[in-house]
Amino acid sequence: MGFETFGTVSFTAEAKTADFINYLEAGKVMATRCKKCGTSYFPPRVDCPSCLSSDVEWFEVKGKGRLATYTKVNYGPTGFEADAPYTLALGEFDSVQILGRLSRDIDEKDIKVGMGLTVSPVKLPNNRLAYEFRKA
Amino acid sequence: MPERDVCLIAGGMNKWGVREAHLLDMVQEAAKECFDDIPALKKKDVDALLFASSYCGRNSFQVNIAPIVAERMGIRPTNICTRVDTLCAGGSSAIILAAGLIKAGMADIVMVSGGEKLYTPQRWETFYSELASIDHDWDGTQGMGLPPPWFALTAKAHMKHYGTKKEQLAAVSVKNWRNGSNNPKAQFQRKITLEEAMTARPVVPPLSLYDCCPITDGCAAVILTYAEKARELTDRPLVYIRGSAQATLHSMSMNWPGEHPADWPHMRAAVKKAYENARVTPGDISVAQTHDCFTISEIIEMEELGFCKKGEGGPFVGSGQGDFGGKIPVNTDGGLLSCGHPFGATGIRQALEILRQLQGRATNQVEGAHIGLTHNLSGLNVEHTVIIYGREP
Repeated sequence: MGFETFGTVSFTAEAKTADFINYLEAGKVMATRCKKCGTSYFPPRVDCPSCLSSDVEWFEVKGKGRLATYTKVNYGPTGFEADAPYTLALGEFDSVQILGRLSRDIDEKDIKVGMGLTVSPVKLPNNRLAYEFRKA
Repeated sequence: MPERDVCLIAGGMNKWGVREAHLLDMVQEAAKECFDDIPALKKKDVDALLFASSYCGRNSFQVNIAPIVAERMGIRPTNICTRVDTLCAGGSSAIILAAGLIKAGMADIVMVSGGEKLYTPQRWETFYSELASIDHDWDGTQGMGLPPPWFALTAKAHMKHYGTKKEQLAAVSVKNWRNGSNNPKAQFQRKITLEEAMTARPVVPPLSLYDCCPITDGCAAVILTYAEKARELTDRPLVYIRGSAQATLHSMSMNWPGEHPADWPHMRAAVKKAYENARVTPGDISVAQTHDCFTISEIIEMEELGFCKKGEGGPFVGSGQGDFGGKIPVNTDGGLLSCGHPFGATGIRQALEILRQLQGRATNQVEGAHIGLTHNLSGLNVEHTVIIYGREP
């Protein structure tokens, strides 16, 4: 269990990466790295798709990333209607790429491809958990 | 048994759009059009059915649909009868599988059909199902689900890296709506002006209304067989499947394999292999049906298919090189933008248009067309499928 509290709408209750949610609760956005072949994963994978080893470790996505591209969503899918408009973005960090939302605190006119970002956990209404990008 | 050459011999589609009809009603409409196209074929001789559909399990609440499709078409497949699902490329996947079965002698005459019923009284069903068509645990939880946001990201990246302009996006839409304006089966039959395309309301900037293909109810069907049988059944020129490929390098936005969202290495992988298999180069292609789910898609496809250099797709479409009289006419029946996009049926509609083009009986005929290409992208741009057809094997 754990995944049912992830994001505005979640689709899965059980997954082997449920620790991701526990880490969010503890204030950390975590990725995984395979100890055998060294490949890093976000979204985290606890069985490595590259070498299929299960010897993986969690690490925190820290420091400054970069906004690769973004777009403003005016019409959300079912379940996300009340969230719209929101801005989806791809953030590039040291060893992983993350799809997420830009914090509503970032003024629309300040958004620029290439700008510095950090990624942080965020609490949603109804005790749900997600992560978002903030201006670095 | 030696490998057999595979031919596409007939096809048809029903009226696409917002239809007051069940998926299985539309299956029958398309099948009738298809069988009417090949009067010498007896339905009892069809020994295989592949049916491409992604949303039948959700919007039509029907799984294991292939036997029901066979029953509605009045055929009795004895070699294989199954459903194929690769979302927007399901029809092309089914054609590739049918060609393999025929080539290997595991089936002789294959009905390949596909379709979707996407407009239901509960409109939210489709917008919820969209979340199931991507990696829903991760991309979906962020509210990525409906395709426009991803292709808006793609368009932004193309504009930034290559200087592509909104007018060039609009040129694709104006061309494809014009090509579809005389296609009675298309969802829309009217022309739009550049100004209409430029001033339409935004969907996800920089994409506006005419940059996006619609949601569509519809079905299509084609018949494939081996060359000797094809000669028995039709006097029309034979259209052979020369080569194909389907490639995927990732499954979701975060594992994107390109330098940026407008760089599509997985498409290049499929294109390279399909050209090799078909023993052709980009300059040999007379006519192409490519996946214009959004105007930006067609622009990038021109580049990745090798019709122009990487980054020059904007000027290519803007100067009419993808139109009649240009380098290569693309989406001659209206494409997804005008015909609409009932996912599993789209690859079959493209095959039908190439069949007609290579047999010289298309509504918007490309003079002397002898090699044709279809291309689908599927899902959140996770897979690319290319099929090359020719007048010679």
